[in-house]
Amino acid sequence: MTLIIKHKSILTILILAIFLISACAPQPAVDEPRVLRVMSHDSFAISEDVIAQFEDEHGVSVSFIRSGDTGTALNQAILTKENPIADVFFGVDNTFLTRALDEEIFVAYDSPMLDEIPDEFKIDPNNFALPVDYGDVCINYDKAYFEEHDLPIPASLEDLTDPMYEGLLVAQNPATSSPGLAFMMATIAHFGEADFLNYWEALADNGLVVVSNWETAYYTNFSGSTGEGPQPLVVSYGSSPAAEVIFAEVELEEAPTGSIIGPNTCFRQIEFVGVLRNANNPDLAELFIDFMLSVPFQEDIPLQMFVFPVNPNAELPQAFIEHVDTPDEPATLPPEQIDANREQWIDAWLDTVLN
Amino acid sequence: MLTVKNIEKSYEGKPLLNQVSFEVEQNETVCLLGPSGSGKSTLLRIIAGLEEAEGGDIFWKGNSLAQVPAHQRRFGLMFQDYALFPHRDVTENIAFGLRMQNVAQAEIKKRVDQALATIDMKSFAQRKVTELSGGEQQRVALARALAPDPRLLMLDEPLGALDRTLREQLSRELRRILRETRVPAIYVTHDQEEAYAIADRLLLLHDGIILQSGRPHTFYHHPRNVWVARFFGLGNLIEGTVIERSPLVVETPLGQIQAACDQNAPDKGQQTTLLFRPAQAQADHPQAENRITGRVIDQVFQGETYRITLEVNRAVAFFHVLLDEPAEIGADLTVGYNAEDVLCLAKEGDNNG
Amino acid sequence: MWQKWRKSPTGIALLFWLIPAAFLGYFFYQPLLALFNLLVSPAWGVDLAAINLTRVWRPLRFTFGQATLSTLLTLVVGLPGAWLFTRFTFPGKKTLKVLTTLPFILPTVVVAAGFNALLGPRGWLNLLLMGVFDLGTPPIQFLNTFGAILTAHVFYNTTIIIRVVSNAWSRQNIRLHHAAQVLGASPWRTFREVTLPLLKPSILAATFLVFLFNFTSFGVVLMLGGPRFATLEVEVYVQALHLLNLPLASILSIIQLFCTLLITIAHGRLSGRRELSIAPRAQRIAVRRPKSGWERVVVVLLIITLFSLLVAPLASLVLRSFVKLEPVRGERGEVQRGLTLRFYRELGINRRGDLFYVPPIAAAQNSFIFATITILITLFLGILVAYALRQPTAINNLLDPLLMLPLGASAITLGLGFIIAFNRPPFTEWRFPILLPIAHSLVALPFIVRTLSPALQDIPYSLRNAARALGASPLRVWWEIDLPLLAPALLVSTIFALTISLGEFGASTFLVRPEHPTLPVAIFRYISQPGALNYGQALAMSTLLMIACAAGILVIERIGLPGMELF
Repeated sequence: MTLIIKHKSILTILILAIFLISACAPQPAVDEPRVLRVMSHDSFAISEDVIAQFEDEHGVSVSFIRSGDTGTALNQAILTKENPIADVFFGVDNTFLTRALDEEIFVAYDSPMLDEIPDEFKIDPNNFALPVDYGDVCINYDKAYFEEHDLPIPASLEDLTDPMYEGLLVAQNPATSSPGLAFMMATIAHFGEADFLNYWEALADNGLVVVSNWETAYYTNFSGSTGEGPQPLVVSYGSSPAAEVIFAEVELEEAPTGSIIGPNTCFRQIEFVGVLRNANNPDLAELFIDFMLSVPFQEDIPLQMFVFPVNPNAELPQAFIEHVDTPDEPATLPPEQIDANREQWIDAWLDTVLN
Repeated sequence: MLTVKNIEKSYEGKPLLNQVSFEVEQNETVCLLGPSGSGKSTLLRIIAGLEEAEGGDIFWKGNSLAQVPAHQRRFGLMFQDYALFPHRDVTENIAFGLRMQNVAQAEIKKRVDQALATIDMKSFAQRKVTELSGGEQQRVALARALAPDPRLLMLDEPLGALDRTLREQLSRELRRILRETRVPAIYVTHDQEEAYAIADRLLLLHDGIILQSGRPHTFYHHPRNVWVARFFGLGNLIEGTVIERSPLVVETPLGQIQAACDQNAPDKGQQTTLLFRPAQAQADHPQAENRITGRVIDQVFQGETYRITLEVNRAVAFFHVLLDEPAEIGADLTVGYNAEDVLCLAKEGDNNG
Repeated sequence: MWQKWRKSPTGIALLFWLIPAAFLGYFFYQPLLALFNLLVSPAWGVDLAAINLTRVWRPLRFTFGQATLSTLLTLVVGLPGAWLFTRFTFPGKKTLKVLTTLPFILPTVVVAAGFNALLGPRGWLNLLLMGVFDLGTPPIQFLNTFGAILTAHVFYNTTIIIRVVSNAWSRQNIRLHHAAQVLGASPWRTFREVTLPLLKPSILAATFLVFLFNFTSFGVVLMLGGPRFATLEVEVYVQALHLLNLPLASILSIIQLFCTLLITIAHGRLSGRRELSIAPRAQRIAVRRPKSGWERVVVVLLIITLFSLLVAPLASLVLRSFVKLEPVRGERGEVQRGLTLRFYRELGINRRGDLFYVPPIAAAQNSFIFATITILITLFLGILVAYALRQPTAINNLLDPLLMLPLGASAITLGLGFIIAFNRPPFTEWRFPILLPIAHSLVALPFIVRTLSPALQDIPYSLRNAARALGASPLRVWWEIDLPLLAPALLVSTIFALTISLGEFGASTFLVRPEHPTLPVAIFRYISQPGALNYGQALAMSTLLMIACAAGILVIERIGLPGMELF
């Protein structure tokens, strides 16, 4: 008797497995609309109704491929450029822009929407890559800590080497973290290629804590986050204080953290979109890029991706107006200079700070 | 029924079976006897179809079995280590072969009950085989082999690991069951007593060939050569040189011995081996042609008789005899042998006699 | 000639290898070669001479060093653990066994959070010590130390040692132990001279798997070890994704693969040919309660060790997912702690109308579908390979290392390779759902083979012969004899496949479709954004992952593969 039961259980597993497999197999759709494929990185997010708007308007279906972080996604776009897996690639920023342009993954597109975009964002004059959003990598501070300890909030990069702030800053390794890299570039923009290492040496002497990635820095070391770490200063994003309010456990009137927005304390990252070379649906791709630059999409950007829209006609959500401090003088570097020197800078940084 | 013809098989490059041929008739139990490593078990597996021979063929009622896979031969095989399925209980083990034949559930139950009754283990039906003693495992293995009603039963050293009493008891049961079921059987063993007890006919496998075959008593009375006599432990084997051919007289460490020959007597000056069966020694020996004197160095009481060890000729030879009367350790003893009781044997490897 | 060859061990082995080799060739070697081929092509302008050798040598040395130390430490914890699970029953044994398996599945981000909650600067242990000894600064410096890497590796891999070794140990023939004791060997001598040598193959196999896992360690080194430490795998990541130096990344990958190959061959040499166990598996080691005083002490100590090392970080994670902190503005010192289900409730709400929002149930469902497919693929291939390895033929020495190589392939290389090789129909149409479990299978297969192969070798041939003689066709023999006797090993294999698939993160980020995220991918989505709610939800999701995994293991153990009740 037991034999029969046992065989039955195997059978059950098999049937269950077959059922599961067939359940996840794609259902053949009738009267399939054209599919636009959009490739991006993991941080890409957008509201359902915004995409639905585009899909309804043009009778297409948009399929997204999110493949890893910024670097991973760009690598995939480069490796598959002969036979791209998507029509549109979104998410290359100014630090990687030159590489993307050199690899010729995009074709140029002079979108009519570009007229609405301020010139400061149009870094690629040939419009292979079109700006979509921008954000700043800034140092966040834990408001409560500075109040409790009666410390003035540092106002410049130079302030951070003051012994008053010894051991209070946590930053990321630029080799393994993109905000870490951005912050290093802010220091290069401020002090110049020749002197930025001296600054870092001073930071290291002042008890700088370095971790590998943003998650560890923010959630383990930063005292202003829910992780309650030991450092009240962290390299993060200008929008992080707004996120702290939006994703608070209990409703907050004021952000528990703030950004230091002195001259060159923040590094501005601009994200670009482009039509992939050899795309199957270049016409749809262009339509989608127009849509990304239009107000409905641009207004959706802040709360989905925590960056700012490049289109000044887009209204910012309340949380951004109240809790995000935007630097007047963000640091920038020419993309070509970044691309040419990234590796040397990082190597030099590693030698100076870690060894 | 079963014809084994010119079977050849090698093991790691060396010949193991060399043109082995024999037959098994209906209702006959054939005992395949041989020392370990002689290829007995291999031969069984070849007959069962579990291994392939390199040459020769197996026939059942004249039909070749070359193309019949093991599971369709309907030969029962009982394994040396019993090979009971550890994940099945006693009933399931016995029912296994019946299930393979797609016998109906009710019929299986009936036949398993029958089999359990045959081996007198009805109360063990639901026991795990891992909880059984050696003898019980052996009986379950036998029941399992018999339950599907095989055309031929093969038993590979089935009593090997059991103690003496159990062996005798089970050997009796086996005889009864084989008699009742009338199934032709091949019984593999290295133990001659077991073979005597079970077999209608003996086959002695040595050096890849059937060295001698026949009824048990022929092995006793007419061992084909020295090797056979030694293997069966028939008695004292004493080497010597022929000094007279007719009547045969051999010069040995025991002195000059008069002997008889089954086959052609060896020529004068040739080496030969003489067999003295311990039981044929005479304590009282007025008429015996041969007299052997030695010092008693050991004596074992064996129930009916005494097994006495003699040291002959200052330890040049040791000699065993069976006598009805005890002897005195350390004392000299003389025994007599009739010439016809001393057998001259063919040399080892001389298979044609 | 053909007939004869077909029946030779080599012929049979090759027949069994056919499908697994085709699978590996198509889904592992093809994408890898495609990637390397592309990257060393003139278009990419690789200049071997220009490579900074310290970029290779330093991580290589560190990788070997940390892997060796981590593996030794894992053995120190895992072997007594295996002994504990093999020999003794104690209350909560089953629970502990399932709990010790859970670390295996957890994404490193979450494990880092768990260790942080326990050992971090504000972790419970530090707070306790600071309170008791009235210290101003946390006494334990854990994060960003070499010790953190070692601890995390022990945390992750102990279960491999426990599962693999205890599986083999419980199959040992107790009679051999008795024989040794009767011959005058003390229990310790018996262990050293009988138990240990017989366990050697499985200990070596487990050690080898753990070593390879440590060798290719990525998240642990990056997140817990901090920026001062880099393994080859971390260096591949840096080169490929942050410096966009794909050629150097692929050269590092090739070096890593080559080392994996060497380690595999060394393992093959060390373990040698497995001896067939002569006795049927009847007299197994009996499981019992600890009897003598010292036994009780050792058992209790072991349970405490396993608990504090493997379970405590998990527990602190789970606890944290139920705790809310209510900061009073400006008075952070006076944080009100309370219990909350908010994080769990929030998981089910798509507050921002995010297109890619996935309810936790759906993520769990995705994970389980992928895990089920992974289990089916790996069991099928694993069984075939185990039968191939059973054949005494030199061909196995050649093919076996090739099977192990996926363990040494970095997720990044594999992911990029997949993208290049399968960037075409039919894979582009439905590639994500099917390529993901295939990638998981590549990683899980070595474990499954290392589990099934010794178990298969243990089945005496005579049982098969008996079944054949009783009229079972070869297929029937397999179904009636091999399969039930393999059941315990199949169970362990299934659990390995399940946990590897549930926990895999690296390749998943490449291959997963945004609308079908797995649990680890979903966890990462939360923890990569600031905000208390995101952090809480990541922990809540991790807790769900653990529960899902534990449930999966319990279900697998419950279903009772044929013959299970015997074991």
